Amino acid sequence: MATGIRDKVAILGMGCSKFGERWNDNAEDLMLEAFTEALGDAGIEKNRVEAAWFSTAIEEQHVGKSGIPLAMALRLPYIPVTRVENYCASGSEAFRGAVYAVASGACDIALALGVEKLKDTGYGGLPQRSRGALNDQYWSNMSAPGSFAQLASAYQTKHGVSRDDLKRAMAHISVKSHDNGAKNPKAHLQKAIDEDRVLNAPMIAEPLGLFDCCGVSDGSACAIVTTPEIAKSMGKTDLITVKALQLSVSNGTEVQHNSWDGSYFMTTRTASKKAYEEAGIKNPREDVSLIEVHDCFSVTELVTMEDLYISPEGGAIKDVMDGFYDADGKIPCQIDGGLKCFGHPIGASGLRMIYEMYLQMQGRAGERQRSDEPKFGLTHNLGGFPHQNVCSVVIVGQEGA
Amino acid sequence: MSVGIHAFGGYVPKARLQRGVIAEANAWFNPGLRGLGKGERATANWDEDAVTMAVEAARDALGGTGGGTGKDGINGVFLASTSLPFQDRQNAGIVAEALHLGHALQTMDVAGSQRAGTSALLNALQAAGGGGPILVAGAERRRTKAASPLELTTGDGAAALVVGDGDGIAKLLGHASESIDFVDHYRGQDETFDYVWEERWVRDEGFMKIVPVAITRALDAAGISADAVDHFCFPTPARRVAGMLAKKLGMPDDSVRDNLQGTLGEAGAAHPLIMLASALEDAKAGEIIVVAGFGQGCDALVFEVTEAIGSAQPGHGISGYLARRREETNYMRYLAINDLMVVEQGLRSEVDKQTGMTTLYRNKEMILGLIGGQCRDCGTLQFPKSNVCVNPNCGAIDSQDDHPFADMAAKMNSYTADALTYSPDPPAYYGMVQFEEGGRGMMDFTDVDPGAKLQVGQPMRMMFRVKDFDTKRGFRRYFWKATPDGAPKSAPKSPRGGE
Repeated sequence: MATGIRDKVAILGMGCSKFGERWNDNAEDLMLEAFTEALGDAGIEKNRVEAAWFSTAIEEQHVGKSGIPLAMALRLPYIPVTRVENYCASGSEAFRGAVYAVASGACDIALALGVEKLKDTGYGGLPQRSRGALNDQYWSNMSAPGSFAQLASAYQTKHGVSRDDLKRAMAHISVKSHDNGAKNPKAHLQKAIDEDRVLNAPMIAEPLGLFDCCGVSDGSACAIVTTPEIAKSMGKTDLITVKALQLSVSNGTEVQHNSWDGSYFMTTRTASKKAYEEAGIKNPREDVSLIEVHDCFSVTELVTMEDLYISPEGGAIKDVMDGFYDADGKIPCQIDGGLKCFGHPIGASGLRMIYEMYLQMQGRAGERQRSDEPKFGLTHNLGGFPHQNVCSVVIVGQEGA
Repeated sequence: MSVGIHAFGGYVPKARLQRGVIAEANAWFNPGLRGLGKGERATANWDEDAVTMAVEAARDALGGTGGGTGKDGINGVFLASTSLPFQDRQNAGIVAEALHLGHALQTMDVAGSQRAGTSALLNALQAAGGGGPILVAGAERRRTKAASPLELTTGDGAAALVVGDGDGIAKLLGHASESIDFVDHYRGQDETFDYVWEERWVRDEGFMKIVPVAITRALDAAGISADAVDHFCFPTPARRVAGMLAKKLGMPDDSVRDNLQGTLGEAGAAHPLIMLASALEDAKAGEIIVVAGFGQGCDALVFEVTEAIGSAQPGHGISGYLARRREETNYMRYLAINDLMVVEQGLRSEVDKQTGMTTLYRNKEMILGLIGGQCRDCGTLQFPKSNVCVNPNCGAIDSQDDHPFADMAAKMNSYTADALTYSPDPPAYYGMVQFEEGGRGMMDFTDVDPGAKLQVGQPMRMMFRVKDFDTKRGFRRYFWKATPDGAPKSAPKSPRGGE
């Protein structure tokens, strides 16, 4: 019987580049920036890294395919480098690969590094690209905001919520993330905004306005992982260990079978349930200290609060408006600004979330440091579209928690 | 052995550009256009062409897609148009695939003249004796220069007729053709627009001299005297011409059918068939219909309406589709979606739209016919058809039979109006569309009125449309889209050869 990943692997070091419009940097520059910080944090030489997982999602816009770009950028000594891509969950996938490698005993120290260089397209938003030879012939002409916007009409219908109430809760989410981002020197967007500005912004995809959408960014983040024993042998104390690594992938039920109502994520519900079990968390609303979720759009964050079983079904609007997820609330959500403001370099995003948990748990988060000592931190990625997606849930925490 | 029309249908695109708007926009250039600035013209959406409009007209006639092949099925599809999207790829073949008529049938494009519509009909009737039923469709998406009189007088639309053995609803009594190289206008190879000669000459030497010869011979062949004609369908926007012809030939004044100039515009090679389909909606048993097509000569056909007319009404008909309308007052939108001005499309429009012919061919039933699957084990309907049943409680392998979705009742579960993604007519509307009997898809919507308030749960229906244009290679992709199902409906008839 599998026992799960809980406490089998510890984070030895992490790094994260400044996110943003890095007009004058190549992906390689961003990778080195994150890696240099992580190596220093881990206190090891590059040659101690035995294997690497490299995540990029839209590689045709920057480094191209394979693990070679990472090996070349860092001049890794001919070690295994595996490139992973799983839409916006790519960064969490790289982390999963490195953690599993260490847990299996195949290597002592492994690297997960994600990067994305998105600001070379000539326009804002995600690059427009082919979705596959046959998909292009029948999938709707959808963008990311347009596909996630579908949640709004379905959620409103299911829970009898007015458009105005939903819009206001969505606005609260974005205002909160901007407040948090303003305290994060590595964040892409560091300006606070108010609710009026959100509600009066130009429409992107009904009902999502400009400030309901995260930007796309250039950036890189990475983690170096090892076993708790090795970490301790290197003099590390107060370890942050991996508690759960879960992934759930749509099999077509949502988009092809009439059992899904469009108002929630089947994948998130599946992955979060398994993650809590793996981490030994009985009551997430009470036990989880911090969450970083895939707030690609404000409405995604809203419904995710329910899919993570923290807000009751239909209760997310109330929790959001009550400040439950604000930086000074019960469970801060996106205390670093989230995708919304820290930014969203796709391949790096999952690792960036874990980076924030790691800083918060070590009391190193600067101005945005949470005063209560965080015990369990949950990170969540969604890749694809609500009707067809990949969802990762990672839980990290204090060793022994 | 007699032949006749057994079913008929029509299609008119939803947008009706107000002619006053065209005239006012261009009056600075040609004040004379104001004289034509009355009424409205049907204007194809950006995702419509002669093929898609023919498909809709055919569905209207057949009561849906399907029809099988063999004795009672459709044995041929003839498509008449001078605005066919492909010069070399049979357009009628796309129509037949979209209609899911099977492959054991004859398909043919008829083009090259405004007379193509009546010529296709006449040839289908001649071939139908023993070789029918044949579906004849005429469809036209007119291309005209801005500020031209044609921009004001033309319109877009389609009609479809099923012809075959027996009297049907309108028995062919006689016909005649005159073929003469009278060039009232022309459009050379690779030219976009018509080149038009003086209308007074066209009237006096063309309409008034060539048409009477053909009609007289057709009436003689039919054994019908001109004064017995009840419906005279003559497709010209030229004022009073049809009346002058009726007078000259001795047909009653009130036999002259509305040329639909006020509501639709003159739809080229499709127009005689559109007028015929419109006449059939009104015609009573025993009445005589004369339809003529003009273009380098004239075809004339004489029909007698039979008792069967009462039980054979189309799904919507020309009148139903004329009632499904949206007033378009934005001339700039019309110019933009008709490629009459250079619009900044943005970098997002630059994605390569190359279509793999291999991919399309092996998935043609799915893409062109909207054919999905039904699981033999659990009955679940699903789109696309797949190897493993999508029902979470089934999962049977290789258990699915073909199932057509195009005519199934559907409703909308979620939607957006997307201003970010590239669309020739933003915002792009799309959302989850669910078929009531099972199956669903995240589909593009079409013909959503600007600023429309959509409602979750509202009924939707499928329409065959252009999905993408590959402007680099001159190809276009077709697929089905969902449209709010607000069209007025008469009771669906059971089509000959229908499902």
